[in-house]
Amino acid sequence: MKILVPVKRVSDPENANKVKVSGDGSQVTADGLEYTMNPFDEWSLEAALRLTENGSNKERVGEIVLVSIGPADASQIIRKGLAMGAERGIHIEAEDENLDSHVVAQVIAAIAKEENVDVVFLGKQSADGDSNVAGTKVAEMLGWPLVNYAMSIATDAEGKTFTVKRELDFGQQTVKVTGPVVFTSSDRILQPESVKNGVTPADFAYPESDGARHTPIRNIMQAKKKPIDQKSFADLGVEPKRVNEYVKFELPPARSGETTFVESVAELVEKLHTDAKVI
Amino acid sequence: MTDVLVVAEVSEGQPRKATLSAISFAKAVAEGTGGAFDILSIGDGAESAAGALTGFGARKVLHTEIGGGYVSETFAPTVAAAAGGYGVVTACASSFGKDLLPRVASKLDAGVASDISSVAVEGGDILYTRPMYAGNVFGTLKITTPVQVVTVRQSEFEPAAESGGASPVEAFGAVDGGDAAGRIEVVNLEVVKSERPGLTEADVVVSGGRSLKSAENFENVLEPLVDALNAAMGASRAAVDAGYVPNDLQVGQTGKVVAPKLYIAVGISGAIQHLAGMKGSKTIVAINKDREAPIAQVADYFLVADLFDAVPAMTEEVKKLK
Repeated sequence: MKILVPVKRVSDPENANKVKVSGDGSQVTADGLEYTMNPFDEWSLEAALRLTENGSNKERVGEIVLVSIGPADASQIIRKGLAMGAERGIHIEAEDENLDSHVVAQVIAAIAKEENVDVVFLGKQSADGDSNVAGTKVAEMLGWPLVNYAMSIATDAEGKTFTVKRELDFGQQTVKVTGPVVFTSSDRILQPESVKNGVTPADFAYPESDGARHTPIRNIMQAKKKPIDQKSFADLGVEPKRVNEYVKFELPPARSGETTFVESVAELVEKLHTDAKVI
Repeated sequence: MTDVLVVAEVSEGQPRKATLSAISFAKAVAEGTGGAFDILSIGDGAESAAGALTGFGARKVLHTEIGGGYVSETFAPTVAAAAGGYGVVTACASSFGKDLLPRVASKLDAGVASDISSVAVEGGDILYTRPMYAGNVFGTLKITTPVQVVTVRQSEFEPAAESGGASPVEAFGAVDGGDAAGRIEVVNLEVVKSERPGLTEADVVVSGGRSLKSAENFENVLEPLVDALNAAMGASRAAVDAGYVPNDLQVGQTGKVVAPKLYIAVGISGAIQHLAGMKGSKTIVAINKDREAPIAQVADYFLVADLFDAVPAMTEEVKKLK
């Protein structure tokens, strides 16, 4: 199975409350924040790794190609994914402000075709833009089926058909889908038995974790030898024309009032009843 | 003049309440630009749901029956075909709207404004404002394509009220989904049924975190308070991951976004991802052992206490008020 996993460089989402907006409101500035792999992409990469390995001995049984679209140092995000286990990377150099989900989806769809992959596995959204659009647009541009918000995926060793459970607002839907296919993941994809690929022993369970796998130093060193191809929009036949124009960014209004610390349940209920009048 | 097409979300022959938020948005755009809005009811039971949507002031209500359960592959071709002549296509930013509308947009070569919190019409432009960076920045954008596709955040658009009148109802023919639709099939749908108010519609939400320690404690400790307040129950991602409650109760950047009159966070530290889903609530209460927990950044009232003592005591106090 060959899987394309797009990975985006984002400013550290754990410090999203520290981002600022420039004085004229024209841009978001994340000065002083580390860049990291979009966590939603990281979870999808973890799921893609589980689809393409024997979990019990970590032997690779498929191929993962990473793609990142962004400034020169987006290649560091690709390196991280290579250290996690992906085979190779493609970097399309671009300035973040010249991108939107439409342009990004066109690039990903073009690479999916060129690389002839079986699966495109994206994060459902990026932790900065929070749009939740690119993955679905990729599916439509390719004319492929799509399963958004996958919480578990089961396939056999052939990897042609997938039984996928996905999260919806009001419950869970199970679909059977024949590849090639586009997936995005939900938070639950990291659970110990969420991914079954017909190669990993059926009784194998990954460790409990709230994130993707850690990368030992040895893997980081090995990843430096893995190839990253540089490509341009022109190489892919994509005209990078945005359809969304941001005209202004603002910080949210500060919450009014201080936090009132209360001493007892009785005092809390009294305040909610007589001051806030909410119960 | 911009005409708007609202895609209604249908469940068991009725429109889901989320649809009413999309109608409010459509009315605002239609009024701001001097246009009109129509509604497309689509799915299993679409005709019956269309009948429940005739009193909101739409120019017409279309309906297309599509069976086999919802997947974007079978719905999107019909929505795209119905979208001819409209300047804006919209739905609520529920899992339905966020799954379906970008596929429709791609068919129409349209830009998408996703999960918007407000809209303004200025000059000839429709300006959409939306939360980004887990609600820490608000971006305002315009879309440059002839058709604009928009999903609206339910907690930021009041549900439309019936305004009387009777919009004419018309059938709209389903369009075949082609190859992609032929390769996906719904095997099963597990719908979580609850007697409680819906999380995105309740006036009061009580959410629990991992400190509740078990599914039994959610049931025996938290639920009595939820019910005493006639509230909806929510949870942090950690509590859902631990399997204490089903995923549809998750509040946060990747779960539901709520903005009730009262939000009570029980044993929730307040990770950025959780705050993104609840900080628009009017009054926020935290019950937590750790007074330094980040939830304090948004809490109006903070009770520093062990939840296993405080929650049962609060349940009793609330019952006394009734």
